[in-house]
Amino acid sequence: MSAILSAKGHADRAPSPESKSPAVTVIHVSKTFRLPHQRYQTLKERALHPWRSRTFDVLRAVQDVSIEIPAGEFFGIVGRNGSGKSTLLKCLAGIYDIDEGELKINGRLSPFIELGVGFNPDLTARDNVIINGIMLGLSRKEAAERFDDVIAFAELEEFVDLKLKNYSSGMYVRLAFATAVQVDADIFLIDEVLAVGDANFQQKCFDELTRLQRAGRTMLFVTHDMGAIERFCDRAMLLERGRVVAVDDPASIARQYNQRNFRRTRQELGVADSELPPENPAAEVHDAVFESPTGEVAITSTQGEPCTVRMDVHFTEDVDDPIFAIALANESGQAVFSTNTDAQRIPTGHFAAGEDASVRLRFDNWLSPGRYQLIASVARAGFGADLFDAHMSNSIIVLADKPGGGLADLPHTLRIERG
Amino acid sequence: MTTRAANAYGPSAFGSDARRFLELTTTLARSEFKLRYFGSALGYVWSLMRPLLFFGVLYLFFTQILHVGKGVPHYGAYLLAGIVLWNYFGEATGTAVNCLVAREPLLRKMRFPRMVIPLSVSLTALFNLGMNTIAVFIFALANGVAPSVRWLELIPVAAGFVVLATGFAMLLSAAYVRARDVAPIWEVVLQAWFYCSPIMYLATKYGQEFGRGFEKLALVNPPGMLLTQMGHALIGGPSFPSANTAAGTGPVLAAVLIIVGVFVVGWAFFIREAPRLAENL
Repeated sequence: MSAILSAKGHADRAPSPESKSPAVTVIHVSKTFRLPHQRYQTLKERALHPWRSRTFDVLRAVQDVSIEIPAGEFFGIVGRNGSGKSTLLKCLAGIYDIDEGELKINGRLSPFIELGVGFNPDLTARDNVIINGIMLGLSRKEAAERFDDVIAFAELEEFVDLKLKNYSSGMYVRLAFATAVQVDADIFLIDEVLAVGDANFQQKCFDELTRLQRAGRTMLFVTHDMGAIERFCDRAMLLERGRVVAVDDPASIARQYNQRNFRRTRQELGVADSELPPENPAAEVHDAVFESPTGEVAITSTQGEPCTVRMDVHFTEDVDDPIFAIALANESGQAVFSTNTDAQRIPTGHFAAGEDASVRLRFDNWLSPGRYQLIASVARAGFGADLFDAHMSNSIIVLADKPGGGLADLPHTLRIERG
Repeated sequence: MTTRAANAYGPSAFGSDARRFLELTTTLARSEFKLRYFGSALGYVWSLMRPLLFFGVLYLFFTQILHVGKGVPHYGAYLLAGIVLWNYFGEATGTAVNCLVAREPLLRKMRFPRMVIPLSVSLTALFNLGMNTIAVFIFALANGVAPSVRWLELIPVAAGFVVLATGFAMLLSAAYVRARDVAPIWEVVLQAWFYCSPIMYLATKYGQEFGRGFEKLALVNPPGMLLTQMGHALIGGPSFPSANTAAGTGPVLAAVLIIVGVFVVGWAFFIREAPRLAENL
């Protein structure tokens, strides 16, 4: 791949006066969509109802966003679904026109909002790579010259003349990523594209992106994956309802994102609604991890064996009978297990300001194989529990020697009787 | 350094790079064409089959049953050339109608000049016209039409159809994004237009049936004028007068103005719609 990117024009990347100025400048940008109440899809409808009022809802997808991203930064954009992060990216990519404000892009931009857009399943890899290269801004000659390197990076040398419809999904994604990064771009816009492909290739993609970043390219990365934000980004921005909530270091943004999501997650989990964690809570969850039998942090757990969750809580004020709660959610966000000291009628007693507590949950792990997110929280006692703090960044992978069909693999016996 | 203001930065019809625009248009048209011709074993044969079969049916019907073409020398050559040209017009505009909607993922996820799409559709149809024209010349020669320098006049005739079809392609593709019944409407319009245009008969028929005034009117219709001129260029002789001789300068000029007008309106409408196409899909 290095051959592709060290192609002419990019061999030396001595800092020019230009590269000192920000790669992307967003100044008070707003983008509004009009959503008609009654969408007239046809002329007939319009002709039949000429006087029906044409009202519409205004969806402010992006509101007054300002941000400056220096060249060479790996910048993350996070937010829930509908927070406007993809719309902002599409405005930056020049796919949507903005309504207000100003965008300044300093350098050539490669939007791979989605991988493999424009690939035609009836054409061969060769044709697709060249067509896509031209769409991304290369000349036909450049696209042809880089073809071999693209194929080498995708590790698809043997399948060059195979039609894409005969590709496996993994091969498809590899080809798409290799095609997208071949362009000599200065700024890459990436929207969740790396949530595909197998773990090895994902790693290879991230390695390539970090390598590009070190070579001075700017990355704008939209994702839900706080792990990826913390691992790769220099800085991140949290959006909510189209507005910037915070621009900060990745760890802080991930924490804020999790806190904001926590309320919604609790609702989904069927736990009583509560306010967002307060600014200076009386109790804080410092850590919540899966623990191995030797007391170390575990990232996997074998089915059928005991599993331990530990949460560390620090009290900054005197608290009587706090409620400790732990829940496990599967990858679709469904709570598969949830417990707390209140429901189990376990008295917790008095905690003084400055005191620390460790809460351990032990259970036999009969979850079906997969990844589970740990959600630990502490709340004030009483009806409509008042949340102090919540923590949800750790997850565990349950391993099993046989596939599980349901949410849980309960220990069981099967007996057949004849006659 | 590319610093652009808000309204200049977003998506547009043409973009800022003419070379890229041309390369993109031709590449998309070529790959579409390639798919059609090399996608099946007898690609070219299949795409010729439609106009040829249609021609065969009409030719038999009109010469043997209705005796329309009787007395018109080389009626078959005129009929086939007319069908091939009309086929181009119908294909270019018919596939253009939903060309933007069909490429929704592309428009929503990639930045490229929007005009590339209707133009590439029109260009693919033009490639097809080029291939079918070979069949027309073979038939004309076999039919005993003498080759002549006048055949070169067929180039501006085809160009007239290309400009008209491209104008409609731009207009219809952008209009379809707003109103989905543009598709059935255009289908009906094409059908009616086919029968109104002198393809199965000559424009002089209007004069014979309804009077001179109607023949002039028939040539105000752009395809009518172009097809009449095509007959003059391809076959010639007293049966195929030029459009100018048949109707005078006025109607010919009117037809040319309509062609240019459609193109300009389509062009302007598409440019106006281009920045918002992706979100209106």
